[in-house]
Amino acid sequence: MRGRRSTALEHEGAMGMPRRPRSGPLNGPLHGPLNGLLKRLMALAGLLSVVSAATAAGPSAFSMMSPQLQAMQRDDSLNPGMLWVLDGQARWSRAEGAVGKACADCHGTTPAERLRGVAAAYPAWDAASGQPVNLGERIAACRSRHQGVREPSAPDALLALEAAVAHASRGLPMAPPDDTRLQPWRARGQALWQQRIGQLDLSCAQCHDERVGRRLGGSLIPPGHAAGYPTYRLEWQALGSLQRRIRNCNTGVRAEPWLPGSDEMRALEVYMAWRERGLPVEAPAVRP
Amino acid sequence: MTVRALITVPPAIRPGEVIEIRTLIAHPMEAGHRSDGQGGVVPRRILRRFTCRLDGQPVFSAELHAAVAANPLIAFPLRVQASGTLECRWEGDDGFAHTQTAALRVA
Repeated sequence: MRGRRSTALEHEGAMGMPRRPRSGPLNGPLHGPLNGLLKRLMALAGLLSVVSAATAAGPSAFSMMSPQLQAMQRDDSLNPGMLWVLDGQARWSRAEGAVGKACADCHGTTPAERLRGVAAAYPAWDAASGQPVNLGERIAACRSRHQGVREPSAPDALLALEAAVAHASRGLPMAPPDDTRLQPWRARGQALWQQRIGQLDLSCAQCHDERVGRRLGGSLIPPGHAAGYPTYRLEWQALGSLQRRIRNCNTGVRAEPWLPGSDEMRALEVYMAWRERGLPVEAPAVRP
Repeated sequence: MTVRALITVPPAIRPGEVIEIRTLIAHPMEAGHRSDGQGGVVPRRILRRFTCRLDGQPVFSAELHAAVAANPLIAFPLRVQASGTLECRWEGDDGFAHTQTAALRVA
């Protein structure tokens, strides 16, 4: 009995997270057989997660939300994210910047007219900067090239436009481009996803692959899907980007947050889009 | 920044029907208790009053206080006999005021 308890203490942190196998005095002969069993169980769990990843992206985060939150997201008259979509749609036809052109002058009278499906295919390769860009960065680049608008002087405008363009792809399956130039970024993103970081020594995968549906404190652990971004979070009482959410997770595990627009953020976003390919775009989603 | 507000009414209403009016407005509802990180307090900036008139006649009003979340949703039932114009007005601290109208079509 004593042996079992000490094993449990050794392998589980305060939140039930298994720790890295240790070498040293704790790894004595008493723990040997149990350690082996644990390893076999972990290998089995790993195998199961590979199988589920191969078949589908798993249940969407939306299906795990409370009925009240689902109703709030489903009904545009209740979804506060629609305030940003509305703002973005108004800005769409407004001439801005030094050039004085509006988005509507090139891309059609509404985002839905010609840009339906575009949001589902980001992050995509940007030849001009030689790296992948997400939807927000793509819109910012378009605004600076063709409108002469200098971001980040207007982050609110950018978020609103991103919300409007993402909203135009609502319901369409996430379709990240099958671009060979994105391959190394995706691989790097996957490595980052699985890398333990921060003082809590946790990786993205440990929560958002291995413990989906369980609880961290009182909060449900979601699968970590990007399809609902920009998302209205009740905690923020505002609409926010995926990068803002990732920063939240970074500080949550007490790691130094990746900077906005850093290679790490870029790679992770590329991997996340690929990981959930096929899930419907939900933007603007509502989350707790 | 321009004020963003949404008023949702049913597209077609029968005479005498009780309908639900839903309003959403973008507002920070800053409660006035938060530290600004410089030793001071972020000043209060909330909506204080919401009033709704149907063809000039007051049909609903509410007083809002500091505990109301940002971007408040206010919904209320209303019995409608004839077509008309619904006028919603939000008033708040720092002279904030926004008026928006929606048409009620009774068929």
